[in-house]
Formats: sequence, C-alpha cells, structure tokens
Amino acid sequence: MTPVLKTVHLVKIYSDGAVPVPAVRGVDLQVEPGEFVAVMGPSGSGKSTLVHMLGGLDSRTSGEIWLDGQRVDTLSESAWALLRRKKIGFVFQFFNLVGNMTVADNVELPALLAGASPKEARERRESLLGALNLTERADAAPGQLSGGEQQRVALARALANQPSVLLADEPTGNLDSRNTRDVLKLLSNVHKEGQTIVMVTHDARVAGLADRLVSLFDGEIVDDGRIARKRTRTAGAVIDLR
Amino acid sequence: MRLHLLALLAKEPAHGYELKQALEQTFGSAYPSPNIGQIYVTLGRLEKDGLVKAVDVEQSNRPNKKVYYLTAKGRETLTLWVDEPTEGPRVRDEFFMKLVLAPLTGIADRMALINRQRRHYLSLMGDLNDLLSRTAPDDHVQALLIEGAMLHLQADLDWLERCQEDLT
Ligand SMILES: Nc1ncnc2c1ncn2[C@@H]1O[C@H](COP(=O)(O)OP(=O)(O)OP(=O)(O)O)[C@@H](O)[C@H]1O
Ligand SMILES: [Mg+2]
Repeated sequence: MTPVLKTVHLVKIYSDGAVPVPAVRGVDLQVEPGEFVAVMGPSGSGKSTLVHMLGGLDSRTSGEIWLDGQRVDTLSESAWALLRRKKIGFVFQFFNLVGNMTVADNVELPALLAGASPKEARERRESLLGALNLTERADAAPGQLSGGEQQRVALARALANQPSVLLADEPTGNLDSRNTRDVLKLLSNVHKEGQTIVMVTHDARVAGLADRLVSLFDGEIVDDGRIARKRTRTAGAVIDLR
Repeated sequence: MRLHLLALLAKEPAHGYELKQALEQTFGSAYPSPNIGQIYVTLGRLEKDGLVKAVDVEQSNRPNKKVYYLTAKGRETLTLWVDEPTEGPRVRDEFFMKLVLAPLTGIADRMALINRQRRHYLSLMGDLNDLLSRTAPDDHVQALLIEGAMLHLQADLDWLERCQEDLT
C-alpha cells in the first residue's frame, strides 16, 4: 500500500530572526491509509511546524514530503495549492475561519473547491454541523461564535472535502468537556470510516483515540509506536475508591 | 471498604450478596466489582467491632442467610466519616521512583522509560474512552468516575512531559 504521507529527513530551520532556529531536525515519518497518528511533545518541540509543512502551509528547509505517492515539496506553489484542496483537510491551532462568510459557507467552500457538486457540499455540511451540534449556528458569522464553536466549525470545514488526510493542530484546545465529547465522537466515527488522521494534541482523551503515537522532542522523533488496547480495564486502574 | 458497606447498610439491612449487587449497580462496569469473599470478611470484622449486627434469616430449602444491620456505634462511625473532610488523593507513583532511581541500575535510559510510560497511559486512556462511550449518558456516577480517571491520567501525562523536559 502506498503511504498517505511520507517524509524523508525533513528539516525546518527558521532563519528570519537574529539566530537560526532549528524547529524540525530530520523527521522520517510514514503514515499508512486509515491510520490515526497522535503527535505529542512539549511546547516548542516542533509539532506545529511539522504539520504545517505536511500540509504545505510552511516551506521545508530540506528533505522530502510525499502525499499519496507523489512528491509534493518540489511542486510549484500553485500546483501544491491545487492538490491541497483535494487531498488535505487542515484544522489550525488558531482556527482561521473566513470572517465575512457564514458558518455554513465556511464549511461548504472547501468541498466546492475540491470539485463537489453544490448538493453534495450541502449534504456534507449538514451532516458535519449536525454531528458537532452546530446546526443552529449555520447562518451565524464566525465572529459571533464562541471559541469552542469556532473550533468545531474549523473541524467540520477540514472534513468537508473528504480529504486523504486530516491534519489537525490542537483541535480541542478551546473546548469544554461536553463539546470535546462531540468532537471525540466525530473523530472516532470518521476514523472508523477509514479517514487518515495526523493530529497534534496535548489532550490525552483525543490522543487516546489514536492507533499510534509519535513523540517529538527538540524537533526530533524520540518515540514512534502503537497505542495498545486491552479493552478490559476500568476506572479502578487509575482511581482507587477506598 | 468498611465505610462503603456501612453506608449501604444505613439505607437498609442487607445480606452480603445484596451489598455486592448494590455496589455493582452503582458503579457498573466503570469499577472492578468487589469479591464476595472480601465483603464477608469485612462484614465479619465490622461485626466484631460492634459496628454492625447480624440476624439469621431462615430460608426455605436453603441454608440460613445472615442479614446485617447498622448499630448505633456503626451509625456514629459513618457520620464521623461523612462529616470529616477527606484526605486528597495520595498518589502512589512507582513510575517516578523508577525514573529517579533508574540511573543507579545502569540501564537508565530515562527517555525510553518516559516514552514507554506515555504510551501506557494513552492505552489506558483509550480503554476509558471506550468505556465512556458505552456508558449511558444519564448514568452520572459511572460517567463521572471515568471522567475523573481521565483527568488524573491527563495530569500524569503532563507530569511526564515535565519530567522529560527536566530529566532527560
Ligand atoms: N515563524 C517562526 N519564526 C521563527 N521561529 C519559529 C517560528 N515558528 C516557530 N518557531 C520556533 O520553532 C520552534 C518550534 O515551534 P512550533 O510552533 O513548531 O512548536 P510546537 O511544538 O507546536 O509548540 P506548542 O505546543 O507551543 O504549540 C520553537 O522554538 C519556535 O519558537
Ligand atoms: Mg503548536
């Protein structure tokens, strides 16, 4: 099987400041179709930089990025942008919604840009907003929403074009526990349907849904392995009610 | 478990097996169910200490069963327990000892220890996610117990990250 994503010795050095900052230092990563990969690590370890490069939102310094078997880091900016619309859904750490469009249009737009018919785009939007408990906010502008609502709209938008891979950077950073539950349910459902996911998160509940954990430290992968399931454990494994 | 049983008996007299069922019903699959032997041993001790008394109830074509009820002293003990503030959780963290003392063993790759532990916590978290998704939304006791366990795990993971930053 062709991996959905592959990087070969990927490096990012920010050199816009006085001293160059090596943010990602030689990452080799391969993500298979249908995998759910959680990326964790301390603040500043390079998580956002890595997923931004994977999504073509930031340029690499050296190394290779492959998407669905195609090398993309050497593409022209416009060719990369075109491919991205079709194949990548991105949820930003700070959501980036289009301010002068309604919630509904924010979610439909990526599907339309990726070539869906208006009817398909609308149906997909309705089902995603429904799953995230946002149907009633469809006609609002993003500025009228709470942080948690904007975060959920951003997730709906990223899934609208049924991307090859969903890249998400702290998608539950602003959510309370009830809303996190909706997001967890949606993520776990799309994952069961075969959606490939690469997600940066500090939220252990979200990371607990993943099949695999990649730990970054100082711009390098220091651990990469499966998250096992026992399926027999109870809360008693953590809390001792005496 | 002594006080849990006293609390259940404050509601109504019961025999050992009924107490086991009551605990199971309250916590469901979110908590390991107590073993019946343990319950009988605890009831025996409570009886010896004068906190409960037992009466033999005859049953047709079965051996008699012992029905336990709370004594005045038992009720006093229970009230004291409810009235007192409870000690905060005392975290018994074997992993931290391991992490700190590991260099002494000569096989100390703290980074590897932390990484393995992190995946272990996440695998526990995955199980709790499954458990929570199977819990009825109106079963608040079970759901809150699971959520509590999740929040503790989150704290353990944050702590692990701090250890990684400062000890490796
Ligand atoms: N545009 C930039 N210019 C210069 N340095 C940057 C830039 N963006 C990030 N960095 C630096 O690169 C390193 C990695 O940053 P990055 O944002 O990828 O971390 P992160 O793991 O996502 O952290 P957090 O958990 O806080 O979001 C940090 O040292 C950061 O200061
Ligand atoms: Mg970040």
